[in-house]
Amino acid sequence: MRAPLSWLKEFADFPDDVALLRATLDDLGLVVEDVEMVGEGLEDVVVARIEEISPIEGADKVRRVIVEAGSGPLEIVCGATNFAIGDLVPLAPVGATLPGGFSIATRKMRGVTSNGMLCSGSELGLGDDHSGLLLLTETFGAAPGEQITTVLGIEPDVVFDVTVEGNRPDAWCISGIARDLAGRMGLVFRSTPIAEMPRSSTPTSMLASAKVLDPELCPRLGVAVLEDVEVGPSPAWLQRRLALAGMRPINNVVDASNYVMLELGQPTHPYDLAKIPNAGIRVRRAASGETIETLDGVLRTLGVPGRGLDDAGIDCVICDAEDTVIGIAGIMGGATSEIDGSTTTVLLEAATFDPIVTTRTSRRLALRTEAAARFSKGTDPAIIETAMIRFAELVSLSSSRVRLCDDPIVVPSEPPVRRQVLVPIDRVNGLLGTSLTSTEAMELLARLGFEATATEGEITVLVPTNRPDIRSGDPGVADITEEIARTAGYSTLPRRRPSWPQPGAPGERQALRGAVREVMLGIGASEAWTSSLVAPGEVALIGLAEDEVVITNPLTVEESRLRRSLLPGLLRSIGRNLERRQESVALFEIGAIFVHPSAGGPQRSTRAGALGGHEAIVPGESERLHLLLATDEVDARTAVAVAQQLADGLGLARVIVASSTEVGDMQAGLHPTRSALLIDKATSCVVGAVGEVDPRLVEQIAPSAKDRRIASVEIDLDVLRDSTKVQRRPLEATSVSRFPSSDLDLAFVAADELSVEALLDAVGAGAGDLLEAIRLFDVYRGPGVEQGSRSLAVRCRLVADDRTLSEAELATVRQSMIDSGAAIGAILR
Amino acid sequence: MSEELTSEVIADLLATAINAVAATSSLAELDHEASQVRAKDSALMLARRSLGTLSDIDARKAAGALLNEAMSVFGEAVDARRAALEISERASQLEADRLDLTEVVVGDLRVPVGRGHAHLVTQTRASLEAVFVAMGFTVTEGPEVETDWYNFEALNLPPGHPARDMYDTMYLDIGEPETVLLRTHTSPMQIHLLEQAVAEGTLPVHAAMAGRCYRLDTPDARHLPVFHQIEGLVIDRNITFADLAGVIETFTAAYFGPDIHARLRPAYFPFTEPSAEFEITCTICRGVGCRTCSRTGWIELGGCGMVDPAVFAAVGIDPVEWSGFAFGFGIDRCAQMRHQIADMRSLIENDLRFMRQF
Repeated sequence: MRAPLSWLKEFADFPDDVALLRATLDDLGLVVEDVEMVGEGLEDVVVARIEEISPIEGADKVRRVIVEAGSGPLEIVCGATNFAIGDLVPLAPVGATLPGGFSIATRKMRGVTSNGMLCSGSELGLGDDHSGLLLLTETFGAAPGEQITTVLGIEPDVVFDVTVEGNRPDAWCISGIARDLAGRMGLVFRSTPIAEMPRSSTPTSMLASAKVLDPELCPRLGVAVLEDVEVGPSPAWLQRRLALAGMRPINNVVDASNYVMLELGQPTHPYDLAKIPNAGIRVRRAASGETIETLDGVLRTLGVPGRGLDDAGIDCVICDAEDTVIGIAGIMGGATSEIDGSTTTVLLEAATFDPIVTTRTSRRLALRTEAAARFSKGTDPAIIETAMIRFAELVSLSSSRVRLCDDPIVVPSEPPVRRQVLVPIDRVNGLLGTSLTSTEAMELLARLGFEATATEGEITVLVPTNRPDIRSGDPGVADITEEIARTAGYSTLPRRRPSWPQPGAPGERQALRGAVREVMLGIGASEAWTSSLVAPGEVALIGLAEDEVVITNPLTVEESRLRRSLLPGLLRSIGRNLERRQESVALFEIGAIFVHPSAGGPQRSTRAGALGGHEAIVPGESERLHLLLATDEVDARTAVAVAQQLADGLGLARVIVASSTEVGDMQAGLHPTRSALLIDKATSCVVGAVGEVDPRLVEQIAPSAKDRRIASVEIDLDVLRDSTKVQRRPLEATSVSRFPSSDLDLAFVAADELSVEALLDAVGAGAGDLLEAIRLFDVYRGPGVEQGSRSLAVRCRLVADDRTLSEAELATVRQSMIDSGAAIGAILR
Repeated sequence: MSEELTSEVIADLLATAINAVAATSSLAELDHEASQVRAKDSALMLARRSLGTLSDIDARKAAGALLNEAMSVFGEAVDARRAALEISERASQLEADRLDLTEVVVGDLRVPVGRGHAHLVTQTRASLEAVFVAMGFTVTEGPEVETDWYNFEALNLPPGHPARDMYDTMYLDIGEPETVLLRTHTSPMQIHLLEQAVAEGTLPVHAAMAGRCYRLDTPDARHLPVFHQIEGLVIDRNITFADLAGVIETFTAAYFGPDIHARLRPAYFPFTEPSAEFEITCTICRGVGCRTCSRTGWIELGGCGMVDPAVFAAVGIDPVEWSGFAFGFGIDRCAQMRHQIADMRSLIENDLRFMRQF
């Protein structure tokens, strides 16, 4: 909201200290986004008359102009062309500094000296027009040498651009800002005086009727009638004020309506009474399917439920006395009753409309008008009478014969009841950490127009009708406390560093993520952040056939689905890095993936709907680690090695690689014959997957990585956090032997069906307690080994806790291991 | 020949061509065969050329139509064969590529060496969490998909509340309209934590929760539609606004350094009352005033306030016995300010040259 200081000053005697005012407004929560110094920089600008225009040789964009500005001819170079000899234009002479800080100096262009600058409206900060010079030829009083501020009646002013929070509709007008500011600064606030103006003895009710059929939609309706209106321009000062506040002047009737809205916060709607059949208005809920053509020329259908939650399609409409819709209440009027040049009798509607109904209608019809925004936040039902009279007064300034009909109608006529809140002063101090007395609190409240009385530690507060944000009951206590704190100033409140006996601690998710990240960084991978919002088709891209989680109202189609896997996003990042000539790219990401409830995977049931009384099935979220390695000499085996490092780093007891014939979701997007699952050996739960990215996927979405093998490791962190699904190394330490160990290498020939794990288990078991470690160190297929079998060489390290193993013992163990192998079909080679 | 261009002749020519295509066993062979049939001197092409020699116009037309039809049938046969060959070639390539990962000799493998870089947002989040842990907060987190109850209604934003419009919400096409959504802030975690604490009788709560949030914001230098927030919630006995101000001040100094201060000014959040926006000393000019802080010396960081009685009512906590505060701010924004990152979008590009700086 743009608030000119001159306008604010009509309500209290504010000082001219702009910095103080800005800081005070900020501290009140009326944050000043910008301060505009109006008229600054125009002091030196004068009116000049064009005397001569001639081309400059070699220049086709600028011309040489001779002007007279009261002190003899001046030569100037000018780029504009919208003027002729004899025209009057603004001249910024040498030495002037224009709004925005541009200084004018003597310049030489192609041998012509320019002694100043002829200005456009935008260069002077007087509008947006920068297409040509601001022409003053027709402006009354313009003569060469006159100051432009005098000619245009510009008075220096300061405009504060204030952001008003959604809960402060009372401050969304000049008088509201002034009230807060005056309250804080301890100045007297003057409310709008009720104007003395010519009245018509005809009672309003003789000329118009007003009826509210659905009072819950329209708690209060005011109707005034103005006779003998002459539609024409508003007074210059009023137009100027509207312009300063950011509204375009239109005619005296519309301007008066806008002025009242800006000043008092009450939107009003003027109708041409002659165009309203039977001269009356009725306010009611729209019937389903009813239509109206609004002022913007669009035919709107009303009363139809929308997509919004709990949106039953309630619209409030203004009808004529014959019940035909002539406007959408509080949002936009209809085309049929618009004010025009022939209007002589104006019916002014000033009402209060239900905020939620207005919000929904405005959203549903995508009609976001200034009035709708205000009614959505709540208006003051008690300001209606004042607003109507203020409107009449403003119209009368430029329409001298106008008369306001007596007894404007207000339904209901009784003033609205003020809400009462009981506020224990202890609660106020308990919330703020202060030690205010009731008297002090009441004094602060009184400055904002809250009436309060105190009895035994409890303050009874009567809430002004312009404060719909102050609730009743317990929430009201918090609301009143905020008002006390705000008027006192947040910076005056005490500060304390609280403490409690419970220690702080990271959660288990953070701890696990930290450990995973540590291993990833250790192998040289960097952490990426890819968007969770992806394009349609990503699920199919990685070879899954399930529903995508769709965003109903996405920013763009490319961001209209939730990711099902971290793989595509990460792969694209790899591709981009390779394109940018990064040679060795290893990226990982830890983040959530989303599974549609219909996919049969993880899903979640949770509270939803009005009062949280329903249950909604929402997509399952799974936290995943995904690592892609596009470094040199990398392949699926690297992924296996990394997975083993990771398992070791996380303290997992034993994670093994298991080939799987069916492609589950874990292996989606991986190379079908170079990928496998990671399984916890003790529980057989799938922990993740290893392998290479499917070359076809690489070609599709990361062509710069084509023909590279990209190793992939994916881990389901939700599984890792579940102690029933993974086994960790025991907490208890095992002491290590101090005696020398011996290595035994054994090569077995085993059928391909016999898994390495099974062999290692069997052979290891043969060594019993003496086994320190066992691992595969060679695989051989070829001459000497039967087709369908391979030679698997294992290295066993043997050690005893209490002695050095003798040759004889080693021989026994060796035989035992060979026998164990043979028992499962692995024959020593 | 031209006199013999009957439908039988054309059908024979087509059958020969199709048989040749069907007999191919590789894509290269198929391409070769197809180009043979389409070559100028192929039987079919010669037949087409001979059309001009037909004297009978009707016969010429009929034979022409048959030839065109034959060419299109041939084209389909080539496409079908290509699709089949692609599948089998991929299958055989994959088969040739087969690697049994259960028999990998791990000891022989070199894993990439060097050290990677954690994402700047992660680093920022971790250091913020560390500060809060040191201040006595328990760190926790929650889901990114929420419902209207957790994201709005329980936070004192009932359906139709005008302030819902402030949160440019992305809704999911699941269940009732505007019921399932992507959380627009981390505040739904307040409700999850309080519901749980009430159910399990584990009040007080001193928690910090971070995570990813979503809003319909067109990406620019300062906004991303997907962003990260961190939130704090303290519910205990005798907690006041003074404690909130103290926590903000302590955290600011701990994270940004002792010469960075915090100040509060009134603001509006439906789930806190009194509410405040907190600003910190501009990290660029250290409070002197510069372009970044619009010469005020202060920059906005986040929102905070005393938990609103309506929130207590939604989760069933007595607001006389318990009181508390909540605060929240953007992690990405924090990182942006601390490291003077010109464009927020650099954070999601994942360009290693950018990432290696941190």
